Amino acid sequence: MRAKLVIAIAAAAVLVVACTSGGSGAPTTQASVSIDTTPVTLSFWSDFSPGGDTEAQLQHVFDTFHAQYPWITVKPVGNKDDQAIVAAINGGVPPDVALSFSPDHIGKFCSSGAFNDLQPYIDASNVDMTQFPPSTQTYTQFDGIQCSLPMLADAYGLYYNTDLFAAAGISEPPATITQLTADTKALTEFNPDGSIKRAGYIPWNGFYGEWGMAALAQSFGCPWFNEDGTSAVNSDCWQQAFAWQKEMVDFYGGPDNIVNFLSGLGDEWSPDNGFHTGQVAMMYDGEWRVDSIGDQAPKLSFATAPFPVADANSDQYGSGVIGGNLLGIPKGAAHPDDSWLLIHYLATDTPTLVYLVNNFKNLPTTNASLESPKLDLPDQFTPFFAIFADPNSSFPPITGSGNLYSDLTGTWNAKWQAGKVAAGDIGAALDELAQQIDEQSQLDTGP
Amino acid sequence: MSATPAGGAAIASRAGEIVGALPPRGSRRRKRSRVARTDPWTVAILMSPWVIGFALFLIYPMVASLFYSFTRYDILSPPQWVGLLNYRYMFTKDPYFWTAVGNTVWMIVLGVPIKVLFSVVTAVILTRPRKGLRVYRTMVFLPSMVPAVAATLGFVFLMSPKNGPINQLLRLIGIQHPPAWFFNPTWSKPALLVLALWGIGDGMLVYLAGLLDVPRHLHEAASIEGAGAWQRFRYVTLPMISPVIFFSLVTGVIDSFQYFTEAYVASSAASGQSDILGTPQGSTLFYSTWLYKQGFSYFHMGYASALAWILFAVTMACTLVIIKTSNRWVFYQGGGGIIR
Repeated sequence: MRAKLVIAIAAAAVLVVACTSGGSGAPTTQASVSIDTTPVTLSFWSDFSPGGDTEAQLQHVFDTFHAQYPWITVKPVGNKDDQAIVAAINGGVPPDVALSFSPDHIGKFCSSGAFNDLQPYIDASNVDMTQFPPSTQTYTQFDGIQCSLPMLADAYGLYYNTDLFAAAGISEPPATITQLTADTKALTEFNPDGSIKRAGYIPWNGFYGEWGMAALAQSFGCPWFNEDGTSAVNSDCWQQAFAWQKEMVDFYGGPDNIVNFLSGLGDEWSPDNGFHTGQVAMMYDGEWRVDSIGDQAPKLSFATAPFPVADANSDQYGSGVIGGNLLGIPKGAAHPDDSWLLIHYLATDTPTLVYLVNNFKNLPTTNASLESPKLDLPDQFTPFFAIFADPNSSFPPITGSGNLYSDLTGTWNAKWQAGKVAAGDIGAALDELAQQIDEQSQLDTGP
Repeated sequence: MSATPAGGAAIASRAGEIVGALPPRGSRRRKRSRVARTDPWTVAILMSPWVIGFALFLIYPMVASLFYSFTRYDILSPPQWVGLLNYRYMFTKDPYFWTAVGNTVWMIVLGVPIKVLFSVVTAVILTRPRKGLRVYRTMVFLPSMVPAVAATLGFVFLMSPKNGPINQLLRLIGIQHPPAWFFNPTWSKPALLVLALWGIGDGMLVYLAGLLDVPRHLHEAASIEGAGAWQRFRYVTLPMISPVIFFSLVTGVIDSFQYFTEAYVASSAASGQSDILGTPQGSTLFYSTWLYKQGFSYFHMGYASALAWILFAVTMACTLVIIKTSNRWVFYQGGGGIIR
């Protein structure tokens, strides 16, 4: 009897799985601008940590929203990353509004309907999408589905130590890779035993986790994918980019020398950060580093600029890698019309965006807020505003499998920069990498 | 059955009926089966919490996972049947499947025996009567109470190549070029092993109990026969604790197949937000971390399910091999063995 009971349970489980797996898949948004003023409480999920100034500042924003829409109360819930949002959607208990901290998954969110298509709401509310910088289009929609709106953004650029520049007789930050290489050599010092005492700039994947393949692609203007959707990492552009990286690694005395130097630097988020202490003269980082330096190394004399680009790509100077937070209405949200009102407010209300930027030290995501005279940020933020507004700035390509292509390329690059791939074999190695990327994507689309 | 006094009385009454229904000696066999036949529902009701939990939290997820392994499933959309595509891809095209397998096998082949040996030696030392024995046992056990994430982050700092205390100590004793630990692909897994050995306390405790359970008269008899310390350990202690070693081996192999937390945290801590899998250079990409990335970062849940079932099958096979071979080296004091 016991065996029959187990078999019956297993059979029932199979039936339940086959009948209940997944959801409908297709977004079924029927938008309208809500005029229903029945009191409602919206749950707002984000990965902000509860407590402290952040919670108070968010609450201030939600209180201001409530004053404008008195029937809507917003209840924020923190520590909810993309995986928590996915689990909630799949479990049928989604929040009313979700704020994703990274565009990595927006491709899947848009294509699967996990985030509702906002276009009907945008049309019904006559939202002017040109109020957002064009760079935001690279990470808030996928395959023509506008399933999110931006709320605060990041941009990456070059940080340089102005004292060290002056001592080396360098008056301007480098704008091209050639200039970056020259300045690096002028600013680098070696110890008598050949170890690195101070580095100019180190293009090492994994150094503080900021510079990586996205930065390399943006600098050299290398495409990630061909027009037919296949991987383009085996293009001549990428070979040139990797060749430059190797040239820099060789200049520093090889990968072991670099690893020894980097492993002796302080933690990225501590006052002993290598750039803070002057051990690294130039660094690639996001706009948030300005505030960190102000807190942790207030005496450091530094400036910011767009990151240098390849000489052949010099017309792209001023652009950079950007990204940001995304507001979406999860599938199954109980009050989508009211959720839209909140999303619209957070994404477009200039005073709200200015308030958040002044407190969170990120970048505002509308043209109006970018130009607001009420922005209260250090001068070093200015280049990042320009980078974000630059029409050539972008986030790496959005796909249905997140940043898989970037991870595979980065992992290959880790071996390349360590000297585990012979320079003469780079063409074949990159062909193999491109094939791996294409084959991995078949798990999404089929052979 | 209700937990109220009325329900308790009902249970007691029912128990009394069952006991009263027990036949006198001689007729017990025939009467007991009649009692069992006439009361299956009581059995079912009492078993139901376990059965429901077993079905909901074990059987259903296993069957669901098996089904998804034959589908393209991204959690957010309905699964699409693809047959053996995921399994074919795993063995023929996945660029990091064999890297993950190799790293995991390293942890099993090297890590498990070293941990067992270290636990046994530590436990043996801690059986010898000495002053402060309880303090030493507590000191050895305490690290196993530290949460894995906190311990790993601590060790990444301790093993920082240039400024970490461990390498500073190594330089003090004359090793001028100590390992770069989590920054070097050759030393990253040994660093994880050192972390595991630091937290050996719970395993040591089990061995300690086994060692203290070895009958003293066997040691005395061996001593009388002229056996030295090593011979007593080899021919008395080891056989007597062989069941504990067997248990430790099985659980150690299973745990190593599922090795995840320390590797994932160490890799993230060493590389920040970079796009490198298993920093450095894939050396800390274990099977479970690759499975996790596939399922939760890349939305390849169907493929991750296939990886999970291969992991289950291999783990089961290895466990069965260990059990099969145990007859040759596991000694049970009662003279019994694995019930077949």
